[in-house]
Amino acid sequence: MGSTSIEGASSADRWYRIITTACALSIPLLLGFIALQVFVGAWPAFEKFGLSFLTGSTWDVGAGEFGAAPMIYGTVVSSVLALVLATPLALGVAIFLSEFAPPWLRQPVAFLVDLLAAIPSVVYGLWGIFVLLPVLREDVMPFLATTLGLGNTPLFSGPAYGNSMLAASVILAIMILPYISAVAREVLMAVPRAQREAALALGATRWEMIRDAVVPYARSGIIGGIILGLGRALGETMAVTMLIGNRAELSASLFAPGYTLASVIANEFAEASTEFHTAALMACGAVLLVVTLMVNMIARWLVGRVAREGR
Amino acid sequence: MRYRFAAVVSAVTFLACSGAEKQSAGAEAGATTSGVDLNGAGATFPLPIYSKWFSNYAEQTGVKINYGSVGSGAGIKQLSEQTVDFGASDGPMNDEELAAAKGGPVLHFPTVLGAVVITYNLPGVTTPLKLTGELIADIFLGKITKWNDARLVAENAGTTLPAQDILVVHRSDGSGTSFIFTDYLTAVSAAWKAGPGKGKSVAWPIGLGGRGNEGVSGSVKQTPGTIGYVELAYAKQNGLPAAHVKNAAGNVVEPTIASITAAAEGAIAQLGPNSDYRVSIVNAPGAQAYPISSFTWLLVYTNQADGAKGKKLVDFMRWMYTTGQQSAASLDYAPLPAALATQLTERLSSITGIAQ
Repeated sequence: MGSTSIEGASSADRWYRIITTACALSIPLLLGFIALQVFVGAWPAFEKFGLSFLTGSTWDVGAGEFGAAPMIYGTVVSSVLALVLATPLALGVAIFLSEFAPPWLRQPVAFLVDLLAAIPSVVYGLWGIFVLLPVLREDVMPFLATTLGLGNTPLFSGPAYGNSMLAASVILAIMILPYISAVAREVLMAVPRAQREAALALGATRWEMIRDAVVPYARSGIIGGIILGLGRALGETMAVTMLIGNRAELSASLFAPGYTLASVIANEFAEASTEFHTAALMACGAVLLVVTLMVNMIARWLVGRVAREGR
Repeated sequence: MRYRFAAVVSAVTFLACSGAEKQSAGAEAGATTSGVDLNGAGATFPLPIYSKWFSNYAEQTGVKINYGSVGSGAGIKQLSEQTVDFGASDGPMNDEELAAAKGGPVLHFPTVLGAVVITYNLPGVTTPLKLTGELIADIFLGKITKWNDARLVAENAGTTLPAQDILVVHRSDGSGTSFIFTDYLTAVSAAWKAGPGKGKSVAWPIGLGGRGNEGVSGSVKQTPGTIGYVELAYAKQNGLPAAHVKNAAGNVVEPTIASITAAAEGAIAQLGPNSDYRVSIVNAPGAQAYPISSFTWLLVYTNQADGAKGKKLVDFMRWMYTTGQQSAASLDYAPLPAALATQLTERLSSITGIAQ
């Protein structure tokens, strides 16, 4: 690398390289160490329950039976649904801010959206209990089930208690919105001016310019933002725990209470006393780690494909 | 663009993992702090009264006691590892946990009493709901599903109960409150004993899980037709309705400071002379005993490793059984019956290795 550097600067260069290398290495090392610890702690549970830890749906601490399928299902479904709810909104915000907003409006709105990311999770949870749940229970759920007549479909059946997979997804959607919109806004603003001017010169309307020239150019970055949001949603703990109803049962209905991997750890870890209970909770952490890694790998593959097609 | 994305992806992994790790961080807190005479850790339920005691005691004697409310399970672990001078728990240690304690035999000292109350949301019902243990168990088992069930109506003569579905709300986090409640249900219902059983976390047959007292009471306050359980202190301070419960003597009793102390009186009357005080007092005998009551304990090694610390600890506990008991009721904890406080003060002399 720096073999031709000037004599006096070479020592500084070398140190600079060593320090930055150490910084860069510390992250994978830390991650590897965390993963190792989690898997070592989880081993007794994997050894005892084997595959049934992933497929079983009974979580009974007293009987020492641990099957995490409802938690895995709840984690994935609540996060994906949150993404479905948040992405269009976040993209709308980002496109408005980068393309349409007058400068005097752009900064304040961007600031407010970013501020959503600064609100502590537990505050979202409390707001959820006192504001979101009553609205869901009294307005949104009856509207979906009765007014739209979806009550007979498996997704929207059952009594509307409020605490539900739907409530968790909505709060997650609000929480991940600023992440997606901030990343999308930045990459949209980074699209070269020439790209826009070329589209307009070809006779495109403003909408066509955004749709055909700007968004495709920023596509991989936008998907990156969405994946950042998804990662956030998968690991979110407190607000979800306060709203999801914490019921370890597989149910197709979004009105039914559910459970997530992060919630069960938050709920039970502090008072877990038997070896297998602790190990089962560690195993939940390990599964969460693997689910997150898998989601990321799929996302990388997706982005790679999109990026190739886009150019 | 792809480099930017790579950075984003690595951030994702980190963020997703960090959420799950948060909880364990607090477990080691409160182990050693400089300028402190004694360190303890354990149950969160008695934290308000313990905090008051420790601050009053520091004012009166200058002895500083630091307490980490890390949960009963973590308190027992830290005592076993000898990282704290005393532990605290809402449930007694089992034989296995006692055997694992590295500092030798552990003594259980009851400090105050707490109770679990059944709270509910029934608009239009103004007189307190009356329940029996069997009814509570069957509601939480999902066997009774309507508020106007014949058995509920029979217990509540003169009250019009609505033809509404019952929605059960329980604690989702592992807690001493759940332990006391399920301990009671196990004592009064064979079906409950054979089914979910007792524990800090059990497999609830039905209902929603709310996190903490505030999670349960939040759901109960907002949703008509709900029933849940919270600590007495929490229910009182938040003005929640509390059901009256039929006790072992057949009387329907309101949860009050007096009726909880009465439960302890009824229970200790049955104890042998050399009790280790690892006793459940749910469904206690006594005409005025509130049946869903429990001790909370301090856990202390019989042989104190550090004589000076041991003396400070015993002095504090002596104070706790005299002056301390008087302030319990002001924070909605029931004081120990006077006779029991005397017995326990005498029992302090069985702690050895104390500097004179």
